[in-house]
Order: sequence, then structure tokens, then C-alpha cells
Amino acid sequence: MRKAVGAVRQSGRRVPVASLWGVVGRRPLARHGLFAVLVAIAIVIFSYQVSSYTNYNLAEVAVFVIAAAGLTLLTGVNGQISLGHGALMAVGAYTTALLLKSQPNLAMILVLLTSVATTAGAGLIFGVAAARLRGPYLAGATLALALALPQLALHFSSLFGGEEGIPITPPSAPSWLGATFSSEQWLAWISVVAALVTLVLLANLMRSWVGRTLKAVRDDEVAALLAGINVGRIQVLAFVISAGCAGLAGALFAYWVGLAAPAAFSVTLSLQLLIAIVIGGLGSLVGAVWGSLVLVMVPDLTGSLASGLNLPSSIANNLPLAIFGLVLMVAILAFPGGIQGGLKRLAGLGRSRWRQHGLRRESG
Amino acid sequence: MHTLLVLIIEGLVQGAIYAALALALVLIWRATKVINFAQGAMAMVTTYVALFVIQLGLSYWAAFAIALAFGFLLGAVVERVLVRPVESASPFNVVILTLGLYLFLEAVVPMIFGGSIRSFPPAFAITGIEVGKVQVPLSGFDLFTFGSVLVVVLLLAALFQRTNLGLRMRASAFSPEVARLLGIRVGRMLTTGWALAAVLGALAGILIAPTLLLQPTYMDEVFIFGFTGAIVGGLDSPWGSVVGGLLMGLVLTFVGYVSPDLETLAGLAILTAILMVRPQGLFSGHRERRV
Repeated sequence: MRKAVGAVRQSGRRVPVASLWGVVGRRPLARHGLFAVLVAIAIVIFSYQVSSYTNYNLAEVAVFVIAAAGLTLLTGVNGQISLGHGALMAVGAYTTALLLKSQPNLAMILVLLTSVATTAGAGLIFGVAAARLRGPYLAGATLALALALPQLALHFSSLFGGEEGIPITPPSAPSWLGATFSSEQWLAWISVVAALVTLVLLANLMRSWVGRTLKAVRDDEVAALLAGINVGRIQVLAFVISAGCAGLAGALFAYWVGLAAPAAFSVTLSLQLLIAIVIGGLGSLVGAVWGSLVLVMVPDLTGSLASGLNLPSSIANNLPLAIFGLVLMVAILAFPGGIQGGLKRLAGLGRSRWRQHGLRRESG
Repeated sequence: MHTLLVLIIEGLVQGAIYAALALALVLIWRATKVINFAQGAMAMVTTYVALFVIQLGLSYWAAFAIALAFGFLLGAVVERVLVRPVESASPFNVVILTLGLYLFLEAVVPMIFGGSIRSFPPAFAITGIEVGKVQVPLSGFDLFTFGSVLVVVLLLAALFQRTNLGLRMRASAFSPEVARLLGIRVGRMLTTGWALAAVLGALAGILIAPTLLLQPTYMDEVFIFGFTGAIVGGLDSPWGSVVGGLLMGLVLTFVGYVSPDLETLAGLAILTAILMVRPQGLFSGHRERRV
């Protein structure tokens, strides 16, 4: 049906460039893919211009983007709040660490895929439980998960390395990139590619019947039920996909830190992901990107501010979280749409101005 | 036998603290249908205030009273300034809001008081009392903890059942529209509810501080255990939440005796089990609506 409409429209346009755009523009996968490739090229060029410290930050942003995008699907699109995604990232990180401990030479792509699969499996278990819970009950249960799961690493310290965790050697860049190519830049490339692949896949999923079903369940469960949607199954599905993303983020996070240790996966990490999607704009993948940028840039800015002003470490260390908490409260009170919502409004404003301007010119 | 007795006493004393926090959550839930995720963090703030007062040279009792009064004020301000504007918004927004407050408080307190672990004095000796020649595994501070929670719970019960204010608060929680038509200042009643809940939280914070030691995150797990206690008892049942809190104290003390690392995991397990099997709680009056 849709193909037929596309064909008619294409035959109506004679200009080859327009018909090429017709093909790419009307197919979400092609459009998102093309956009992702352009972004990837831009970031590769960017990564050569900047210091290895900025590349290190770039990798961090990419890791947060993956986890926040997954949480966007679950919380923003499907309406299930999770305060336990930090714990799911821990599952991914420990899978990576344990796998590398037994098979140090395993290809990175296999390590990442295994981490995704393991965490998606864990997500299936939590999802089955979570599908029965609503609102504050779900929030409380996932918060308990975020607090409790790192304790496992302490209890089974012979397996998980206890408080110190399990060290991981960061991936070294392949030799064809040259001897001066830093490992930070290589990890940034890998993380950015992983983030773009995740974003393209999720963007397509959200435009498919799955996305529409997820939204239907979020907006009105009873109506969705009456429309023949298996609400429980779709909620579990959202949890599994979201957990898979958290697993990928956790694995890359472990490579990035060079360690899988319980302290890194505190409640604060889970809340940071929530901050990213709320500040960015709930339910929007682009919002998740904005939010992740904020998550990485704020501590960086406050760090340089604190060293510039010679602030004591007790203030400098806690300034980012205080800002995040404050911004979260202000965002809920004043800007529920987040950054992406604000940008959309600005764009809408600009467009309507432009249109009015055009109309006036035509009439004049 | 002796160990069993020690564990039961310790469990009940810990449970009294969880019960206070659980009751605080239930008070707020009944009034505004909100879970206050900042309840633990607010209790942490009031306990730091108490420590500050003690370090100024004032007595423990002055600090105790000031902390509870500060809790009352903090609860009222949070309701009035933060929660009231989003009252009609989706419950999701209110959850995020209280989480924002939680993050903010846990970051601001170490900025003011420093982030290092501090000891907090108990009101009474923590060694066992001697009855005749035998030392029983029950300290003066244990008695004080259990007794003060009991007194506060009974006072609250009297407030809600016997006084005009309590009746108005119950009416506001039960049906805000009708209460408003009857001339009750519903907004003021909700503020009072939040303030009283914060007093309960402040009490829990002060009572558990000598055992856990004071640091900005020290109430995180206590909050989860209190939350679980409230869920076990049923979020709309005040008496249920007290029993739930006591049960949590007993169970977690026994688990902690086996392995201290497992306490939080046991809390998660109990929470999940209750939510799966009987989400309305053990003592809730009416059944949860399933769609």
C-alpha cells in the first residue's frame, strides 16, 4: 500500500535528485542510516582535531547516549519508569569483564554482543516482574534493584572481585591507523559507531508497529487492551530491548573505565540516566543525545570552574549532582518538554514567522 | 537461645525505625498519592542539623527537638514550594521531582558539612542493662528508640482519630473536593501531612544514626527498607505500615546475622515477592483494581 503511494509520487517527479531523495527520504531506515553516516564522518573528522582528553569525553557521551536511548524507549515511549538501569549496565560491564578474564583475545564485537544478550536476558526477568507494577511501585522496586545488585559483587567477591572489581585492558587501536593513533580515539570511534547503530535501530523501531504499540500502551492501557494488544508482552519487550541497550552501554563503560567495580554502578548512575532523558526531553531520541551531552559537559565545566576559583574538593565534587538535582526540579516545574521540546517550539516559532513573512510578501 | 533473643530485640528496634519511615511514606501517600523518594534524604538533612547543634555545645535533647522542628519546617516547605505546583500533573512528574530533591540534598549536605563519615551520639548508653546480676541484651538506647517511635505513632493515631485537625486531614485525603466544599483548607491540610511525615522521618534519621554512622548516603538503604515495610503493610494502611516496618526489621536482622552483604538483596527479594503476590499489601482494606 505504502509502496504504491511512493511509486505514484515518484513517477510524478521527473528530477533525478528529487527522486533519489524520494527513495531515501521516504524510507526511515535509509534516511536514518544516511544521517548516521554523515554524523559518523563528522565525528571522525572532529576526533582528529581535538585532544585525547576530548576523545575520552566523546566516548563517555556515546556510552550515555546508548543507555539513555534505551531508557527513552522504556520510560519515554512505553511509560515504564526505571531507576535501576545502572544495575543493568553493571550486568553488561561484569559480563564483559568476566568474558575477557577467561578469553582475553576474544574479538570486541563478540564481547559486546554477548554483553547485550546477557543483559537482555536479565531484562527479561526484571521485565516480567515490572510489567505487573505501575508508577511509584515500579520506581521503588527498580530503585531497590539499583541498590541491591552491586551488593552481589561484594557477596561473591571471589567471582566478581569484591570492592576492587575486575580490571579490563582497553582495546588497542589496529596498526593500520598509524602508530600515533591513541587508544582514547579508537575507543571513541567504537563507542560512537555503537551509539549511532543503536540510535538508528531504535529510531526505526519507534516508527514501526512496535513503536506505535508501545505508545498506545503508555497512553491508555485499557484502550490498548481493547484494541487487541497484549499489554504485558509489549511491556516485557520494551524492558528487554531497553536492557539490551543498557548492556551495550555497560560493556563500553567497562572498557572506558578499564574496570568493572560495584562503586561505579551506584544509584546515582541510574538517576543520571533518568536526568539525561528528562532534561533532553522525554520520549525523544534526540533528547537523549542532548541529555547525555549535558551529563558529560556539566561535571567538566564545574571541574574547571572549581579549579579556577580554588573551591574546596567537598564542593567541587558535589557541584555537578547539586546542579543536576536542581535542574531536574526546575525542568519538571517549568520546562516539562526538556531541551528537545524547547528546540521544537523555537523551530515551530521560526517556521510560523517565516510563513507569515512569506504570506505578507505574496499579498503585498 | 541467647543469640535468638539478641536478634529478636535488635530486629524489633531496627524495625521500629523502619516503621517510622514507612509510616511517613504512608501519611504522604494517603494525603497526596505521592511516594516521597526524598524522604530518606530529608531525614539525613535533619540529622546533620542535629549534629551541628550538638557540635555548637547544646545538649542532645536540644538537638533532638531542633531536628524534629526543622523536619516539620522542611516537610511543609517541600510540599508548598515543590509538590503543590505539580499536584495535578502526572504521578511520573512528581516521582521525578522528589528524585531531583533527593539528588540535590545529597549533594548540598556534603558541601556544607563535608562528606566524611561522622559518628553520632546515642541518647543513652548502648550497653545492655543489668537486671539483678544478669546483663540483658537490651540497652537504654534500644528502649528509647522503641519507646519514642511508639509514643510518636500513638500521638499521631490520637491526632487522626480524636482531634478536629485529624478529622479535617482525613477528610482532605479521602475526598479533596467534598472537603473543600465543607470549608476545609485542603491545601493547608496537605502541607501539615507532609510536615508530620517529615517529623517522623527526622525521628528515624536521628535514631539510626548512632548505629549506621552519619554520611550523606546513610539513609538510602533505610529508605528502601522503610518503603518495603510500607508496601508489605499496604500503602494506604498506617497500622499495616508499622507492622510491615517491624517485620522488615526482624527479617533483615536475621539475614544480616547470616551475611551483612545480603541485607539489601533480601529487601529487594521481599519487595518483589510482595509486589508479585499481594501488591495491595498484607493489611490493606480494599483490593487493588486490575485492568
